[in-house]
Amino acid sequence: MSPYEAILLTIITASTPLLLAAIGELVVERSGVLNLGIEGMMVMGAVCGFAAAHVTGSAWLGVIAATFAGIATSLLFGLLTQTLMTNQVATGLAITLLGLGLSGLIGSGFVGLPGVKLANVSIPWLSDLPYVGRLIFGQDPLVYVSIALTAAVAYTLNHTRMGLIIRAVGQNHASAHALGYRVVAVRYACIAFGGATSGLAGAYLSLVYTPQWIENMTAGRGWIALALVVFSTWLPGRLAAGAYLFGGVWILGLYAQGMGVGIPSQLLSSLPYVATILALVIISTNRRLSLINTPASLGQGFVPDR
Amino acid sequence: MNKLRKQLELNVQLILEKRPQSSGLMNLFSPLLAIVLTIVVGGLIFAAMGKPPLTALYLYFIDPLTSWWSVEEVLVKAGPLVLIGVGLAVCFKANVWNIGAEGQLTVGALMGAIIPILWGEWQSPFALVAMLCLGALGGALFALIPAWLKTHFGVNEILTSLMLVYIAQLLLDWFVRGPWKDPNGYNFPKSVSFEGWHLLPMWGDGRMHFGLLVSLVAALVLFWIMRHTLKGFEINVVGSAPRAGAFAGFSQTKMVWFCFALSGGLAGLAGLIEVAGPIGQLQPQISPNYGFTAIIVAFLGRLNPLGVIFAGILLAISYIGGEGIQIELGISSKITQMFQGMLLFFILMCDTLILYRLKWISTKPNQSTTGHAS
Repeated sequence: MSPYEAILLTIITASTPLLLAAIGELVVERSGVLNLGIEGMMVMGAVCGFAAAHVTGSAWLGVIAATFAGIATSLLFGLLTQTLMTNQVATGLAITLLGLGLSGLIGSGFVGLPGVKLANVSIPWLSDLPYVGRLIFGQDPLVYVSIALTAAVAYTLNHTRMGLIIRAVGQNHASAHALGYRVVAVRYACIAFGGATSGLAGAYLSLVYTPQWIENMTAGRGWIALALVVFSTWLPGRLAAGAYLFGGVWILGLYAQGMGVGIPSQLLSSLPYVATILALVIISTNRRLSLINTPASLGQGFVPDR
Repeated sequence: MNKLRKQLELNVQLILEKRPQSSGLMNLFSPLLAIVLTIVVGGLIFAAMGKPPLTALYLYFIDPLTSWWSVEEVLVKAGPLVLIGVGLAVCFKANVWNIGAEGQLTVGALMGAIIPILWGEWQSPFALVAMLCLGALGGALFALIPAWLKTHFGVNEILTSLMLVYIAQLLLDWFVRGPWKDPNGYNFPKSVSFEGWHLLPMWGDGRMHFGLLVSLVAALVLFWIMRHTLKGFEINVVGSAPRAGAFAGFSQTKMVWFCFALSGGLAGLAGLIEVAGPIGQLQPQISPNYGFTAIIVAFLGRLNPLGVIFAGILLAISYIGGEGIQIELGISSKITQMFQGMLLFFILMCDTLILYRLKWISTKPNQSTTGHAS
């Protein structure tokens, strides 16, 4: 395998958890809900996925467990913000703190245990093609899932009735309600979808990226995914591009450290966080770009009048 | 029979009804309810883990208060939580979301440590005063980065202040492993130990320190500001009714700067107090997530500086209780973080009762139509 191929492969592995978590949050925000709890849902997915895979020996059962853990955590968020009308920012923070604590507690028995790695796809002949074989036909299955999900979300939001309803609920919940759409139900469904993809993103970390359980192993990726959604101006295509760009920055830092460049490793480790801030500044400076797709009801609760 | 059950299920439903005005009683009652819920669910979790729930709860919440030694320990932990928590309470009151206090704490500690590390020979009370000032200044300046990005470029302050936490921690890590590593420290990632006037005055058997007084004074001063000054009024108006604030001529931009500078400064001061007090040097880890726990402290204290004092003590108990339970029952100390998250969760949930009341409503369809349909 040539070095450029190896670098591209690692970039894809670093980008996929960001893309998975962000594509779900994009749908959540398009429906007018701001869920800051991605980090918490992700880390719950990571620990439950690892635990299920370690106990059963099947990585796929781990993936399923992680998805459900993500959904369960997100529904707690839904219960508070949609039914009990709590502040979405504070509730998202609560989900993150709760998730980090609970995952540490669940995972305290799993630290240092060997994990199960999700096997890469292998298609006879195609995966062995020179240059592009591994890259296109030999990734782990979740990479394809993340790309398929992105395409599906793009299509659903722009070309289906369901997408229209989600966008209507996010743009103006009062009008959507007046038209007879069940605003709260639509938002619950979107929140659960966001939880599922965040759970998957967590599973990616503990079953593919580093197949073991490390406390707080999400390392701020949930927050970077949130920033990516803003950066993408709520468009799935731009989101995917942004995710790969960020994965690239992440890997750049790791490679530079490995090659022993005379730059402090801490500076290189901080690159993704610095890049996130820069990206947010660039996108926010362009008011037209950043406001045109911002869901108008973002972060506001909706109490239907009975 | 089946029909009857169906009717029982369908005929009443629990809904939230908006109160005409927010309930003062619930404002006091809801945090207590949240604490009770946390304790009950916590007991259930202990039981699920196969530990005796009552013993565990006793060890967690009561035992830390049974000896003077552990009460001191609780107060030492409550100090930074209260100091950061009062700043955040003012922020959140004004609807400004600084969640990067952990990073501001780190930079404050770094700035204040300039004196003992670079001017170690300067031994005078003024050195300590300078350290305290530098700590607060460092935290405030670091907090002004997200404030500037928000007011100048319109960048969401939640994401930037949080990203800066990671950057600050890496910065501290670089300093203690690189330029500020103690040359005689056997290559451990630690700075030189602070000595003499570079340490806070201590009381008793040497753990209660001057920083606790700073926290208390900060809370009382902020309580007075919020209650009796124009600035306090401004914060309340801008936070609860931004449009009204704008008509009154209160600047949203200045408010963001003020809140970040204040909360960042207090967080920086807390960081300096930690390294010049209980720790006594710089090391890669200087805070067990005080900056994030203080968010819970602010909410549990009703965003009221006096309430924050009590909330800070309660959350400090959760730290000490978590350590105790780890030793006595072999439960992971991660339980602390989970209890803290759960507490915030229940506070938010119970706060719903301030604005809404629970009401059973009848959803029974009109008698005549039911008769007809069935």
